[in-house]
Amino acid sequence: MIGLLIRDLRLSVKAGGGFGLALAFFLIVSVLVPFGIGPETALLREVSGGILWLGALLACLLSLDRIFALDWEDGSLELLATSPLPLEMVAITKSAAHWITTGLPLALVAPLLGLFLNLPEDGFLWLVISLLVGTPALSAIGTFGAALTVGMRRGGLLLSLLVLPLYVPSLLFGSMVVSNGASGEAVGTPLALLAAISLGSLAILPFASASVLRVNLR
Amino acid sequence: MLEITSLACARGAVQVLQNVDLNLIAGEAVVLRGPNGAGKTTLLRIIAGLSPALSGQIKCASDSIAYSGHADGIKTNLTVAQNLNFWAGVFGQRDITTAFDAFDLHDLRDRPAGEMSAGQKRRLSLARLLVTGRPIWCLDEPTVSLDQENVARFASAVQAHLARGGAALIATHIDLGLADARIFDIKPFMCRKLVETDPFADWEAA
Repeated sequence: MIGLLIRDLRLSVKAGGGFGLALAFFLIVSVLVPFGIGPETALLREVSGGILWLGALLACLLSLDRIFALDWEDGSLELLATSPLPLEMVAITKSAAHWITTGLPLALVAPLLGLFLNLPEDGFLWLVISLLVGTPALSAIGTFGAALTVGMRRGGLLLSLLVLPLYVPSLLFGSMVVSNGASGEAVGTPLALLAAISLGSLAILPFASASVLRVNLR
Repeated sequence: MLEITSLACARGAVQVLQNVDLNLIAGEAVVLRGPNGAGKTTLLRIIAGLSPALSGQIKCASDSIAYSGHADGIKTNLTVAQNLNFWAGVFGQRDITTAFDAFDLHDLRDRPAGEMSAGQKRRLSLARLLVTGRPIWCLDEPTVSLDQENVARFASAVQAHLARGGAALIATHIDLGLADARIFDIKPFMCRKLVETDPFADWEAA
């Protein structure tokens, strides 16, 4: 399992691997928003938490279809399915690799982008915490979506349609953590719910991903 | 080692094989023959556990089958050694030098797999079988794009595997030069009929 994780991480930093793509997209979205909204710092301050979470979510979406597609195309997925690694473990490892290459770096650069969007200073810590707690769910749900659409032509489009509605709760509670934190209100409840979504998806979805992979590999 | 009794196989909604009976004992190689579209690949995928059988039984020890299909399963961005080390790790093996020896890959060791020719990729793909440590090899057209010298290398790798007590089931159209391989022609088992598919059968069975 560690071997698979290391292989996926190694592949993601090689040419065409997609590491940095999500990061660059997140950066561009966050930099473009002030141009769209205008230079009103008070307005930006209000929406910055939500914008940053939305940006992170869309950036996450960008690399989802590669989770299984490459292994499907070159036949490694079949070979993995006949290997001693259970497919559930493969799904968890793929989610972990996706999170390490997108969710984690997004959470780490988010404070810098918060600066661009005039995020109130009390919000910075909560922004990083909410992204660290919430993005594992995005990777786990995305892995499930990728497993559903693997081998499908133009599956990426369908994948976005399937996955985006499932991202709504994370987006809701994530941006609530940031905005509550920024205005000095209690963040306990939305943070707990955000963590619950992440833990729940990590516990259940690998099994769902594995069973749809089995069907898709037939 | 492998015991198949009255197996029926379907590809999509069409049943392609019926009443297949096949026994594979240790040290034996069976060459699967049959015209294009007969169902050789379908049969091998079912034995490998990738697809479900329509009916019939497959008996073998768990985790005993090493499958190799049409695709090489090679990461073009990684080197030959990295590719093979990965599979060795997945199958819990350490030694990849015997696999390198068997398919003469030492010179290519640190080459990115993407820079190799189709035949060289095939050799790497076949070398993977040796790091699985599994006794039954199920191979689908293993010699595609191999030259004569490497077909001979492949044949001697299979012979060595059989000598270690392994077994092999190989779908191929060419003569591999395996002297005592048994030919199993699936033509008599071919059939063509539509299968009524019940999308909920899986759930009921589970």
